[in-house]
Amino acid sequence: MEKLSFRLSSPNSAGGTRTQAIVGVVASGNLEVLLERTSPADVCTIEIATAAHGFGLVWDAVVRDFAARRSAGGLRISINDGGARPDTVALRLAQGVRKIEEPER
Amino acid sequence: MSDWGMQKAALGERLAAGRRHAKGKTVPLPNLPAFLKAVIRSGDRVCLEGDNQKQADILASALANLDPAEVHDLHMVQSGVVLPAHLDIFEKGIARRLDFSYSGPQAARIAKMLFGRKIELGAVHTYLELFARYFIDLTPNVALIAAVSADKDGNLYTGPNTEDTPTVVEATSYKNGLVVAQVTEIVDKVPRVDIPGDLVHFVVEAGRPFYVEPLFTRDPAAITETQILTAMLAIKGIYAPYGVRRLNHGIGFNTAAIELLLPTYGEKLGLKGNICTHFALNPHPTLIPAIENGWVDQIHCFGSEVGMEDYVAARSDIFFTGPDGSLRSNRAFCQTAGLYACDMFIGSTLQIDLEGHSSTVTTSRIAGFGGAPNMGSDPRGRRHPSEPWLKAGAEAAPDAPAALRRGRKLVVQIGETFGDRNAPLFVERLDALELARALNLDLAPVMVYSDDVTHIVTEEGIANLLMCRTKDEREQAIRGVAGYTDIGRARDPKLVEQLRQRGVIRRPEDLGIDPLDADRRLLAARSIKDLMLASGGLYRPPSRFRNW
Repeated sequence: MEKLSFRLSSPNSAGGTRTQAIVGVVASGNLEVLLERTSPADVCTIEIATAAHGFGLVWDAVVRDFAARRSAGGLRISINDGGARPDTVALRLAQGVRKIEEPER
Repeated sequence: MSDWGMQKAALGERLAAGRRHAKGKTVPLPNLPAFLKAVIRSGDRVCLEGDNQKQADILASALANLDPAEVHDLHMVQSGVVLPAHLDIFEKGIARRLDFSYSGPQAARIAKMLFGRKIELGAVHTYLELFARYFIDLTPNVALIAAVSADKDGNLYTGPNTEDTPTVVEATSYKNGLVVAQVTEIVDKVPRVDIPGDLVHFVVEAGRPFYVEPLFTRDPAAITETQILTAMLAIKGIYAPYGVRRLNHGIGFNTAAIELLLPTYGEKLGLKGNICTHFALNPHPTLIPAIENGWVDQIHCFGSEVGMEDYVAARSDIFFTGPDGSLRSNRAFCQTAGLYACDMFIGSTLQIDLEGHSSTVTTSRIAGFGGAPNMGSDPRGRRHPSEPWLKAGAEAAPDAPAALRRGRKLVVQIGETFGDRNAPLFVERLDALELARALNLDLAPVMVYSDDVTHIVTEEGIANLLMCRTKDEREQAIRGVAGYTDIGRARDPKLVEQLRQRGVIRRPEDLGIDPLDADRRLLAARSIKDLMLASGGLYRPPSRFRNW
């Protein structure tokens, strides 16, 4: 298991009022993303535990794009990765910020 | 003084030699080896029928069992190199030269044999191109074909999988060539006459059906959420704005996802009747929900699909069927339809370079082309207008006078940025170039040329190459949808952002696509069983797809 950690500035805060949201599943080629509204409003922190070693540069690119493109301010994001491809990671992160905006059901 | 009847005389000799092993037109199965030896001459050009679907498998095995000391140097001209026997013929030295189109399942072995100089390669063609050459400079001396049944006069019933048969027979029989058919059974009266008996010289009763590969069956259970996102992008960002009603879908999970999103996502967008009404397409099981929901007006087919026979027969308002009720497919006509009468081709590929050339060849695998380069090309002979064709033409040349401006066919390459085994879809240099160099080929096997492709769709967005004005813009548009591949990460972010402002690149968020919709629940069927149920039990999936 490789652990990576990022603290990124994200100028737009996450919408909605939910305190947390979870998307995805832990499975080979997939990942689980837990989002909690516990960071300062303009900061997004991301902790990654991944089964695939040596992809730090790609993770760096994916999470930086994410923090810049999406409204991720105020979020603490924990990722449990089963070796997902970058496109799947980007989709899950996008789904996560959308889900935490949604009203509780 | 010339003798103008030499070919007829040669055919007469072959017929006489063949009749010694036949009763009338019927060759008993045990006589097949001796029969083939009697009618095939060394150096003959032989068309062994087989494409990506149906196979004259009994005749292929018999041909491969000939003695190369007696029959050798054959020139095989055939759509598909698919069965092991197709290459055994070369391995054993029975055949020397090959002109073909598709080699999917034998992609690795054919590459090895080309490198080992076991095969002298003529060219890799599209189907339609190879058919065309059957009538000009690759006319077969002997055609070995496959049908469902025959009567004693040689009239053939090909059933739903007619495919290449009429084309092969036309080219061979009318030019003094010999036509031999394998059939499942000989009957008193065939259900319908697909091939008239006077064009068929001999018939072999095989006692079992010819082999058919269920190549166009995609299990919805294997469709990923990234593929769903990519499919939503295609529907909302290309199908809808161009109003694409007449089209062809390639094989693959991306287009299967599009088919399964029509009754759900497409319905929600109000697109029913405005897109996807007319297809040049095999009977894809994944299209069943859209057909059942009234999306589709008409489909013409290259071939059939295993298990779809009863469904197609019960939907004759949609499909082309014969007086016997079953599907009539015809690859040559359907390829022509896909070339001239469709406004869009959308399909996947293995590699795309920075100019937009794409190829399914890798250094160790030569899969051939099949029909994709034909459907996936802009027909310069097209003269009839349609809304999508005119709109694409206007985007490519906004300043040209409208009445003299050619339209453009939409040629869309769709895929995830990382494919099978994490291989990047985008590359600096196509493997096809390396292969062409190593084999000393004049042409690299490119599936879709850069000047034909109009859009590239990945999960990151759509690149509209029609709107790129310079080589540099084109490269950045491609990099701009190349995700986290090396190509994508080496983009110029400022230029990519400018392209996005101009609408050359469009991202899911630009199109109002909610990533939460990229969910398998959006698929109109999520399993093969769902497809079967949607068909009212008419679709009978092959056993390998039944997991319940």
